[in-house]
Amino acid sequence: MNPYLCGTPEERGKMLETLGLSSMEDLFTCIPGELKTPGFPEMPPLREYELKKEINRLASRNLCMEGAVSFMGGGSCEHFIPSVVPALAGRAEFVTAYTPYQAEASQGSLQVFFEYQSLVCRLFEMDVSNASMYDGATALAEGVIMAASQAKDRTQCLVADTLHPNWLEVLRTYTENLDIELEILPSKEGVVLPATLEGKLTDRVACVVFQNPNFLGCIEEMREISEITHKAGAFLVAAVDPLSLPLLAPPGEYKADVAVAEGQSLGLPPYFGGETLGIFTCTEQFMRKLPGRLVGMTKDTRGRRGYVLTLQTREQHIRREKATSNICTNHALNATRATIYLSSMGPEGLSEVARSCHQNAEYAKKRIGELAGFEIPFAAPTFKEFTVKMTNGDPGELAGYLSGKKCLIGPALGSFYPERKDSFLLCVTEMRTREEIDRLVDAISEIIIRKGKK
Amino acid sequence: MIGKGLIPDVASIFEISRKGRRGIFPPAATVPAPERELDKRHVRTNPLELPEVSQPDIVRHFTNLSRRNFGIDTVFYPLGSCTMKHNPKINEAVAGDPRFECLPAFIPDEAASGILQICFELSEFISTLTGLPGVSLQPAAGAHGELTSMLIMKAWFNSRGEKDRRIILIPDTAHGTNPASAHYAGFTPRKIDSGPDGNLDLEAIKPYLDSSLAGIMITNPNTLGLFEKKIKGISELVHEAGGLVYMDGANFNAIMGIVRPADFGTDLMHLNLHKTFSTPHGGGGPGAGPIAVTGELEPFLPKPVVVKKKDGTFALDHDRPSSIGRMRGFYGNLSVVVRAWAYIRTLGYEGLRETAGAAVLNANYLRKKLEKEFEVPYGDYCMHEFVASLREQKKRRTRALDFAKALIDYSIHPPTIYFPLIVPEAMMIEPTETESPETLDRFASVMEELNRKSMEDPESLKTAPETTPVSRLDELTAARHPVLSWPKEE
Amino acid sequence: MDVKIPEDLLYTKSHEWARVSGTEATVGISSYAVEQMEKEIVNVELPEKNAKVQKGESFGVVDSVKAAFDLYAPVSGEVIDVNKTATNQPEIVAESPYGEGWLIKIKMSDPAETADLMKPAGYKTFLESEE
Repeated sequence: MNPYLCGTPEERGKMLETLGLSSMEDLFTCIPGELKTPGFPEMPPLREYELKKEINRLASRNLCMEGAVSFMGGGSCEHFIPSVVPALAGRAEFVTAYTPYQAEASQGSLQVFFEYQSLVCRLFEMDVSNASMYDGATALAEGVIMAASQAKDRTQCLVADTLHPNWLEVLRTYTENLDIELEILPSKEGVVLPATLEGKLTDRVACVVFQNPNFLGCIEEMREISEITHKAGAFLVAAVDPLSLPLLAPPGEYKADVAVAEGQSLGLPPYFGGETLGIFTCTEQFMRKLPGRLVGMTKDTRGRRGYVLTLQTREQHIRREKATSNICTNHALNATRATIYLSSMGPEGLSEVARSCHQNAEYAKKRIGELAGFEIPFAAPTFKEFTVKMTNGDPGELAGYLSGKKCLIGPALGSFYPERKDSFLLCVTEMRTREEIDRLVDAISEIIIRKGKK
Repeated sequence: MIGKGLIPDVASIFEISRKGRRGIFPPAATVPAPERELDKRHVRTNPLELPEVSQPDIVRHFTNLSRRNFGIDTVFYPLGSCTMKHNPKINEAVAGDPRFECLPAFIPDEAASGILQICFELSEFISTLTGLPGVSLQPAAGAHGELTSMLIMKAWFNSRGEKDRRIILIPDTAHGTNPASAHYAGFTPRKIDSGPDGNLDLEAIKPYLDSSLAGIMITNPNTLGLFEKKIKGISELVHEAGGLVYMDGANFNAIMGIVRPADFGTDLMHLNLHKTFSTPHGGGGPGAGPIAVTGELEPFLPKPVVVKKKDGTFALDHDRPSSIGRMRGFYGNLSVVVRAWAYIRTLGYEGLRETAGAAVLNANYLRKKLEKEFEVPYGDYCMHEFVASLREQKKRRTRALDFAKALIDYSIHPPTIYFPLIVPEAMMIEPTETESPETLDRFASVMEELNRKSMEDPESLKTAPETTPVSRLDELTAARHPVLSWPKEE
Repeated sequence: MDVKIPEDLLYTKSHEWARVSGTEATVGISSYAVEQMEKEIVNVELPEKNAKVQKGESFGVVDSVKAAFDLYAPVSGEVIDVNKTATNQPEIVAESPYGEGWLIKIKMSDPAETADLMKPAGYKTFLESEE
């Protein structure tokens, strides 16, 4: 009843005969008998229809997002996905292809990755992009490790405390056993002041890490931070929001040395944090040092244009322990989705998305700021996310109440920053309408009235 | 050439761009403009120079690009070490359920109960198949799982005050990610040589059994396609010396449902869901490389871990004081997890066992056919893959590379070449269980024909492939003067 | 294979050569190494001037398309000159490995270290045994 075997038991019997064997067990005589497991638990195989019913049962245990309105952020949010993205990325020859080591048989994938690299370079205004990595957090860790390895006799890395807390944890985990010392820069009113950075920059600092906009939603002083960092002889590693870049200054403009991002917003559904794309860019200086796959444009023996994996001697299959990283894959199919997203949206579409995010968030920020019991604690400008502080209430309770009204907010900041138990994040993308924002404000007003806190 | 007109040439997306064209319109803005614009210093000054393409042109561009690819859906792909088996479409359908897709990452656990249950169940399947109770689904790929495991080993030794355990033994047949991952975790890889029979020997391990030994990274079956006969003895020696045994699970397709790695002394291992468990390769990802570890190492797993609470509900447990930390921003490549879950539920443990048997049968059948004309240096039987050496053919100036390129003209994706490093002119062949006997027969006869050509007309192999959109590419110039993005107009 | 082994040089097992002149040694890779890389040298990475090198330890890398070769110092000392032509035009190392494709000049800290380097005849025998 195995639907994926490609032959009948009789055919397998004939094949065994050609080998001079009489049963399937004979194929495993090389395994010492004592190691063979006598039996596994009973688990009845499921036919397609039964499997679908089982999935339906499980999927219905998730919150029904149909008709729900999400203002949830923190690095995983709902953005518009054009239909061409799943339709084209779902082509069998993209989905079921292997890594393009045999270039002649994989020009499709290779050209897609080359176009991905090109589009990302232009969006970020950086010299070089690789063909993607696992996610933004690991791309950041790899970027810091690369920058540190290129900074002679400098081992310290200064990190803004407004970096996404999960990303900071990944950075700690990755650098734990390496000769890199992390030092956290404290923020004030939602941003890390350039003066704070200046005070900590010594000739021991290899690189400086800032996220823009940061985890609290605030836009940092990237131009000034870049200048100060470079004056001290250190590298700037920036973590950015790709959909902000048509509007906000891209990292190349403020001369970041390495710029990374989480690319989920470029045509991928949130999937409970499970669909990710690590964007990694850098300046030309790092071209032969950066981790990950790289696709180059070249010519074939007849002078025709073609694409090929290049600078492979950086990678593990050649350099082994001397490789610039251990990474062996990219997130190819997700990079394919991002390529289709960026090229189909075009500069106009992307600019509209960026402006809508900003406009919608500003509108929401204004209306919520007017509510009694709520304030916008930080004066710094924001893009699509901002922090909301409750002067007399519990974000968890509010989220629970709103969830009952099919309205999602958060994450609450208390689990990340003990001093911010009274605050939560709100994320307003191009998907939200004025009506939905007004309804959110009305729902919050209702809870205020109900609790008699007017 | 048949089909030449059928598959058009594809220009660069930058070349089909025309000023003013667009095809996609995001949701319209419905709020009033903000009262204040952002200050100039925060704002982009240079224009955004991206291609402007109409929607029909986008569809044609990417559709035609896809047709310039081989995929397992179109051709035979006997890539050793990659397990290119059929990717079931029912798995795509269930993984694409919008009730999974739409969940934001920070939604409370109760609201993600369904996906969490799938994660928990897959973790249980992995535990059962490997014999190792502690599972993490976080790693995005095999190499990521390797690194995670190396970091767990480091943390465990540190917790026992054994900071000087630095040496990781790695066989000469190991995949390149093995020493790279060990190095990244702060260990020192040491190469050990396989014996003349292609197996690891206890004698090769003995010189290293001291207090500087952290452990050994093995692949079983190894990359020669052979079951490591002395694996139990090797594990015992390593454990006695205070070290740990890590297994690269890339070749699990040969032994799943038959042997549990814990039973031959494995302490940590990774699995490749995109190999053994049928999730698609996608052109190079996303896959998943979950790890399984012993009970003693379980506290060190990356957080959060998916747990089943006393009331039967599922949650993400962040309260893990001994955890090595996080290996990524969120919880794992979850759509890949759902696909693998669906695959295992479709087959059950008995079906997986049967799968392993069929994979090993197909490999041995093909090996026997090819042995007539090609040297297979190790063993009489193989497991799910085998390695041929084309050094005889090299003497005729036709190398493994030339055979590989020639196979493309026969609509067959080449096997893995030049790996493992210890076999000269290596060609690693893994048919998998999802291929029919006639596909295997055809492959064998094509290889025989190429062998004949290599004697009668070697040049014909050196000009291959001739039926693809491009022929062999100038990799030298691509590496000397790399062009890594489309040049901007001056 | 067309391997040249000039008579005035000393050689290492890792295929570097050294031209000794007083307390200075010029270092490069042998034409055997170039043949191993099929003459397709893509990139050369060398240390900076004034860097210290240790006998037997890696001081740089030469990349071909499919492989990377670590460069091991035949003697210890300080790098007093680096061949910029080799780093800018890696092809020169393949074309003229003993001449214009030299890599670094070392001021030796211990000239006695040259004693265990192979003389041309010894290197030739060593290469034959490698085949």
